[in-house]
Amino acid sequence: MRTFLTSKRLIMPALAFAAIAAFSVDAMAQKTIKIGASAPKTGPLAGGSTVSFWPNVELWVKQINAAGGIKLKSGKAKIELIEYDDRTNPGEAIKNIQRLATQDKVDFILAPYGTGLNLATAPLFAKFNYPLITHTAITDKVEALTKRYPNIFFSLGTTTAFAGSVAKVLGKMKSAGTIGNKVAMVNVADAFGIELANAARPIFKKAGFEIVYDKSYPLGSPDLSPVIRGAKAAKPDAFVAWSYPPDTFGLTAQAKVQGLDVKAYYTAVATAFPVFAGKFGKSAEGILGAGGINPETTAMKNYRATHKKITGKTADYWASGMVYATFQILQQAIEAVGTTDRKAVTAHIKKSTFNTVMGPINFKNQNNEVFWTVGQWQSGKFYGVSSTGHPGEKSIKAKPKW
Amino acid sequence: MIEDKFLTRRELAGFIIAIVALAIAAMLPVLNTGYILSLGVTIAMYTVLSTSWALFSGPTHYISLATAAFFGLGMYVVGSGIEVLPFPILAIIATCAGAVLAFLIGVATLRLSGIYFVIFTLGLAEFIRQIVTWVQTTMGTSSGLYVLINIEEKTIYWRLLCLAAFVYLIGWGINRSRLGFALRIIGNDEEVAKHSGINVALVKVLLFMISGSIAALTGALLAPRWTYIEPTIAFSPMLSFLVVIMALVGGAQRLWGPILGVIPFALVWDLITAQFPNQTALMLGIAFLLVVYAIPNGIGGQGAKYWAKFKHWRDFRVT
Amino acid sequence: MDIIIIGVLLGGAYALMAMGLQLQYGVARIMNLASGEVLVAGSFAAFWFFTGANYSPIYSIFFVAPVAFGLNWLIYKIFMRPLVKRAKSEGQLEVDSILSTFGQSFILVGLMLAIFGGKYFNYSYLERPFDILGQAYELNRIVAFLFSITLCIVLYVWLNRTRVGLTLRAVSVNPEAAGLVGIDVPNAAALAFALGGAVTAAGGALLSMFLTFDASVGVIFTMKALVIVIMGGVRDIRGTILVAFILGLLETGVATLIDPGLTLASAYLLFILTLIVRPEGIFGKRSK
Repeated sequence: MRTFLTSKRLIMPALAFAAIAAFSVDAMAQKTIKIGASAPKTGPLAGGSTVSFWPNVELWVKQINAAGGIKLKSGKAKIELIEYDDRTNPGEAIKNIQRLATQDKVDFILAPYGTGLNLATAPLFAKFNYPLITHTAITDKVEALTKRYPNIFFSLGTTTAFAGSVAKVLGKMKSAGTIGNKVAMVNVADAFGIELANAARPIFKKAGFEIVYDKSYPLGSPDLSPVIRGAKAAKPDAFVAWSYPPDTFGLTAQAKVQGLDVKAYYTAVATAFPVFAGKFGKSAEGILGAGGINPETTAMKNYRATHKKITGKTADYWASGMVYATFQILQQAIEAVGTTDRKAVTAHIKKSTFNTVMGPINFKNQNNEVFWTVGQWQSGKFYGVSSTGHPGEKSIKAKPKW
Repeated sequence: MIEDKFLTRRELAGFIIAIVALAIAAMLPVLNTGYILSLGVTIAMYTVLSTSWALFSGPTHYISLATAAFFGLGMYVVGSGIEVLPFPILAIIATCAGAVLAFLIGVATLRLSGIYFVIFTLGLAEFIRQIVTWVQTTMGTSSGLYVLINIEEKTIYWRLLCLAAFVYLIGWGINRSRLGFALRIIGNDEEVAKHSGINVALVKVLLFMISGSIAALTGALLAPRWTYIEPTIAFSPMLSFLVVIMALVGGAQRLWGPILGVIPFALVWDLITAQFPNQTALMLGIAFLLVVYAIPNGIGGQGAKYWAKFKHWRDFRVT
Repeated sequence: MDIIIIGVLLGGAYALMAMGLQLQYGVARIMNLASGEVLVAGSFAAFWFFTGANYSPIYSIFFVAPVAFGLNWLIYKIFMRPLVKRAKSEGQLEVDSILSTFGQSFILVGLMLAIFGGKYFNYSYLERPFDILGQAYELNRIVAFLFSITLCIVLYVWLNRTRVGLTLRAVSVNPEAAGLVGIDVPNAAALAFALGGAVTAAGGALLSMFLTFDASVGVIFTMKALVIVIMGGVRDIRGTILVAFILGLLETGVATLIDPGLTLASAYLLFILTLIVRPEGIFGKRSK
C-alpha cells in the first residue's frame, strides 16, 4: 500500500519530466542565447543610464528577436535577457556580474555603465573570458588597462583626446578670428571633471590660450550663479565646463540669464541629451558639448527613428549611438564566429572591422581610435564637429547671443 | 562578584561555536569562487562594519552616521598611495588615519547627544568627502584614483574574515573588561556614570577610535576590489545608513546581534535584486517596513525572547 | 551686494527644503529620512502639470500641498503612530523612525521610478533675467524666494498667534505636559507631520522650476534639510529659517570670494563648528 502510494507519487512527476524533456530535445535545435546586463537603474548614475543604456538594450533585444535571433552555425538563437540593477555601487556590480557568470551562466554580458563600474567589474569579465566592449568608459589608462585585461575594449575615447579636441576647436575659432585667446574653464569636482581639467590645462596653454578663470565646484551644488558670475567677470572669449548632468543644465541656465555672451560655450556630459534641447530650445543653438554623432548618415537616421518607435524614448546624440554600436559589434562577432565560444568572439573583435550606426569601428590594441569628441547644437540637432578621424565633421559655427 | 575563572562554561561554548562558524565561513572560497564568494565578501564586509559600529553605538546608544567617512578615507589612502607604497603599509596607514579621525570626531562630539550627534556625524562625513575632493582637485593627482593591483577575491574575503574575528575578539574583550562595564553604565545613564568616577569622555573616545579604525581598514581592504575610486561612491552616505540599519535590525545591544541583521538583510537584498531588477527600490522598501513593524526588537532581541521562553519551558518541564 | 542677493535667494530655497522637516521633527518627533523623496515627488507633480497640462508650477502647489497633506496624514496614522505608541523612550522612537522612514524613502523612490522612469527631468519656466540693481537674476528663483518668504512668515505667525499653532508649540516643548493640560497630542503630532509634508512637497514644486531632478536624488535634499534643522535647533522654526539664510549667504560668499570648490565644505564646517559651540543648535536650549 505504502509502496504503491510512493511509486504513484513518483510516477506522475517522472512522466511530466519526461514530457518536458521530450519537448526540450526539440527546443535544443533552436536554442536561446543568454545575455546579461547590469547597470544602474537607481542611484547617482541612473539618470544617465536610463537615457543612454537601458533603452538600447530593449531596442537591440527586440530587434534581434523580431528577426528570429542571432545567427549561429546551429541556427538562429533568440536572446534571453537577464537584467540587474547595480544601484551605482561597485560592490553590487561585482556581485551582479558574478551572478550572471556563475548562477545564470549567461553566454555574454553587456558592458556596465560608466567608467567606475566598468573598471570594477573588468577583472571578472577577464576571469570568465567575457568580452567587455565598454561604451561609456573614458580613461587615460587605456594602455595599462588593455595590457592587464586581454578582453577589454575601449570605444568612447580618452580624456586627453577630449581635452585636446576642445583645444583644437577653440584653436580653429581663434585662427578664424571668431574668438580671442581668453578661456574660462570650470570643472565638477569629481573624478571625471578633475581628470579632464588636469588634462586640459597644459593642452590649452600649448595651443596659445590663456586660462583666465579656473575653478572647480562640488558635485550637487544647488546654485551655480557664483561660478558663472566669476567666469563672466574674467571677460573670457570662450567658456569651457567639464560638467556632469545636473550642473550642465544649471550652468547653462545661469549663463543664459546672466548673459554670458561668448562665441564658444562648451559644457561636457549631457549636452547631447534630448532633455538639454528640450529645456533650452532655441537657446541651445551653437552650444558645444562632449561627443556628438553624424545624424545625417542613413544608418544613424534609421537607428534614431527605430529607437523612438520601439522604446518611445529619444536617443541622445552621443553615448546612445555608441552603446548601440557596441551591441552591434558583439552581435556581428558572435555571428561571424557562429558559436558562443567567448574566447573566439574576443579574438574576432580584436582583429575585425565592424559596421555600426557610428560608422565602421575597429579596435587597435583593443582601443577604438576613431571617435567623436566635440559636438555642437545646430538648428535643433547635435552634430559632431570634431573627432579623431570620423568623416562628416560639420563646420563649427560661432554661438549666437542667447 | 566578578568571576575568577578565565572562561565560564557559557563563554567556552560560545567560543567553540564561534570558532566552528569561522572555520565553516573560511571554507567558502574552497567550495565556490564565483557568485557565492562575492556574496560572502559583501556579508563579511557588512559584518565587520556593523559589528564594529555596534561596539560603540550599541552600549552607548549614540547613533553614528560617520561610517562612510572612515571607509572612504581608508579607500583614498590606498588609492592615493598605491603607486608609491606597498599595500600592507597602506592598510596600516589607513587604520591609523581612521583612528586619528575618530579621535578628532570623538573629542568634538563629547557634548553632543541624541539626534544632534546623529546628524553631526552625517555632516562631518560629508565635510570630509568635500575636503578630500577639493584637495584632490587642487593638488591635481588624477592618477591616484586607480588601484591596479592583483588581489584575488578570496584573499579579500579571508582578510575580511580575519578582521571580523578580530572585531569579535575585541568586542568580547571589551564586554568582560572594566571598559565594557563602564560603557553599559554610560548607556544607561551618563550622569550616573560620571558620578561613579568613570572617565566618560575617555571611554567614549577610545571606543569610537576602535570602531573608526576598523571601518577605515575595511575600506582599505576593499579598495583593490573596486579598482576605480570616486568620491561619490567611496563616501556614499548610503553606506553609513545601511550599516546602521543592519545593526539595528539585528540588534545592536549584543555582540552577535549585527550579524543576525547582516546575513538575512544581504540575502533578501540579493534575492530582490535577482527577482525584481526593475523594482529593487520598491521591494526593498516594503521588505524593510515589514521587518520594522513585525520584529520590533530586532532579530537578536526577538531571538533572545524565544530563547528565554524555551528555557523557561525546559526548566519548568524538568522540575 | 551681488553676493547678498544671490545668497538670500539661495537661502530661500534652503528654507523650502528644511521647514517641513522642522515641523515634523520639532512637533511630531519623527526624523523623516523620506523628506527628500517627498520633495522630489512635489517636483514630479509640478513637472507633470507643466509638461502635461501646461499648468504653471506655481498654481500646481495649490494641488500638491493639499494632496501631500492628506497623504502625510495617512502615513503618520498608519506608520508613525504605532511606533510612537510602542516606543518606551525617545531614543527608541528615534531608532524606529529612522528605520521606518528609511524604508518609506525606498518605497517612494521605487514608485517614482515606476511611474516616471529614472532619467533627468527639468523644464523651463520663467527662466528670464530679472534685473536688480543692474545685475541679472533668474526670475523663477526670485518667485520661489517670494513664496518661501511668505511661507516663513505665515508659518511663524500661525505658530505664534493662533490657537492651533500654540497647541503645536506646546507639544513641541513638552509633549507630556501638553497632554496633561488637555491637548490632543496624537492629533497635534499628526497635524504637524502632515503640514510638514505639505510644505516640503510644495517646496519641491517651486524648486523644480530651476533644479534638475531625478527619482533617486532625494537623499541630497534630505541631508541638506537635516543639517539645517539640526543646526538651527530642532524645536524652533526660527532657527531653521535663520540657518537656511546663513548657509545661503555663506555658500555664495565662499563661492564668489574664495573658491566654488569649497562651498559645500564651508557649509558643513560651519555646521560642525556651530554644534561644537552650541551642542543643541543655535536656538536650542539645554534640556537638562
